[in-house]
Amino acid sequence: MNTTSPLERVLRGIAITLVILFFMFPIFWIVLMSFQTNATILQVPPSIFFEPTLQNYRGLITGQLVTDTSSLEIKFMGNLFNSLFLSTTSVAVGLVLGVPAAYAFARLKFRGSEDIAFTLLSFRFAPPLLVLLPLTIYFQQLGLANTYGGLIWVYQLIVLPLILWIVRGYFEDIPADIEYAYRIAGHRWWTTFRKIALPLAGPGIAAAALLAFIFAWNNFIFALVLASADKQPVTVGALAFITASGVQYGQIAAGIILSIAPTFALALYAQRYLVEGLSLGAVKG
Amino acid sequence: MTLALENIVKAFKKDVVLDGVSLSVDSGETLVLFGPSGAGKTVLLRLIAGVIEPDEGTITIQGRDMDGVEPEDRGIGMAFQNFALFPHMDATQNIAAPLTARNMSKSAITETVNRIARMLKIEHVLHHKPKELSNGQKQRTALARALAGEPDILLLDDPLRNVDAKLRFEMRLELPRLLKDQNATVIYVTQDYKEAMALGDRIAVMNAHGIEQTGTPSEIYLAPANIEIARLFGDPVINLLDVIPEQTEGGMRITLSGVPVPIDGGYGEVAGRACIVGIRPEALRFVAEGTADAIPLTIETETPLNEKTVTLGLTKNGREIMVSRPAGTPGPAEGTGFIAIDATHVHLFDRATGNRIVPTERHTARSQGAA
Repeated sequence: MNTTSPLERVLRGIAITLVILFFMFPIFWIVLMSFQTNATILQVPPSIFFEPTLQNYRGLITGQLVTDTSSLEIKFMGNLFNSLFLSTTSVAVGLVLGVPAAYAFARLKFRGSEDIAFTLLSFRFAPPLLVLLPLTIYFQQLGLANTYGGLIWVYQLIVLPLILWIVRGYFEDIPADIEYAYRIAGHRWWTTFRKIALPLAGPGIAAAALLAFIFAWNNFIFALVLASADKQPVTVGALAFITASGVQYGQIAAGIILSIAPTFALALYAQRYLVEGLSLGAVKG
Repeated sequence: MTLALENIVKAFKKDVVLDGVSLSVDSGETLVLFGPSGAGKTVLLRLIAGVIEPDEGTITIQGRDMDGVEPEDRGIGMAFQNFALFPHMDATQNIAAPLTARNMSKSAITETVNRIARMLKIEHVLHHKPKELSNGQKQRTALARALAGEPDILLLDDPLRNVDAKLRFEMRLELPRLLKDQNATVIYVTQDYKEAMALGDRIAVMNAHGIEQTGTPSEIYLAPANIEIARLFGDPVINLLDVIPEQTEGGMRITLSGVPVPIDGGYGEVAGRACIVGIRPEALRFVAEGTADAIPLTIETETPLNEKTVTLGLTKNGREIMVSRPAGTPGPAEGTGFIAIDATHVHLFDRATGNRIVPTERHTARSQGAA
């Protein structure tokens, strides 16, 4: 029985539209800004009718920002590469460390296993600022400041707990009997892990990896403090557009569009995995 | 002796599942572990398979202590109650699992898989994934996987539990031959007494305290160690009535509905003690009215079951009695019937302990002969 009246449906449509407008408008506006010059962006009142220009994107890609008053060098493409490199490597390292650990936490009940797992999760509770000052000091003393290695290490704070807890839920979902059956058939536990546990937890591992990638990509504060210009990812690199001669709104907008594009594409592609992976992890805990 | 368990103790947290269980299985023998759920049958199988370790006690296979030996090194094949098929592999890969662990050529593996699949009639579904298989096919695939490695010891954990009645009946007929062909030592777990009787060379009856009785199917059926076991084996269940045996001039007897029933003289020692008499429904037969020592019965219902007919009646004292007779044989008249008891087939149990009272030697010749 369909109880929704036409009026109800119309009202619901309007409500949904309002919500979408509210959340999507900033993104829509950013897209518009990225095709405008600073002059048209700053005109009052703003107008959605303008002469579109690709100069912002051209400037970012060539690395030469030419304005009316000056010429500025921008390392945006370098930043984009840094983001890609840092996020990918962090997730790769996180998977190598986190997936076997998740398996151990799921399957082996050793003394203190719950406590260790929880401690790892608790890294996500504390605000990053809490650990930044001591981190900065000992990174400088260890010579890790402003190195890819150091950043990837710190990124594990973001990536590892996430992978560990999501993947652990997936491993716990695999009936232990299936693995026992493979062992009894004559296979070593390592073979069993590779041939049975890993493929069966595949969707969960993919979801965790995607999510971890997005979290790493969006990180700002660690990179801001621990990396200098040549190692900075896009999130920090965008600050360079705030120059002495003014804020380059057009470039910032174009930069944002370029930097959200990869995660946006990833998220769209893997939407189903993400929702599945996260809800499963949440229920199973 | 292929497999020996000695004084196995296993507890999960504070819950003691197995408390000092000992068991030995001969080479080529099929031993059925029979008992209600929660008796620890599956735990026992898992201990043998090596996926869990006992808290105390030793497990030896072919004379070798299994302490610290990994499951893959024990030479065991196992079929799980829930099948435990590998969901991401097709039936062929599932069955081939014990073979890929060895250095076998691809063609030899294919050949073995095909031979076993033919034997179990699943060759037409070999390329299907487990989720595309029916329950019966899953069960056969799981069985095929356990058999493929030609293990010395085969552990079957209630493999017919999750399949439909028709298939269960078929497999109950097929399995004994299959297992004999394998020439393996088999431990078979079941909760179905008919399965236990049909498949076991020996049956070990388990309950929450461990193994209660071990014996051949006929030993268990004809000389159950206690009331519990007598009740578990047999359908319809054994009739159990409170009696006090008496020593009279004519020998030992019990009184049912005021009618004296002679029993084995070997029971002499329990005269005057509170007992329970167990009479199998098929040890009772209907007789004509007026037969000497016939016990009158008010007939309640008659249930025809293919090969036999079961009658439920009430004694004069209002106690329920089940009588089983071969189908097609004449039954009692409507309303009232008279039954006679085959005295060699009655068991006496101590009412206080529930244990079976074994008649003493000098008079047992007759009851042994009946067994």
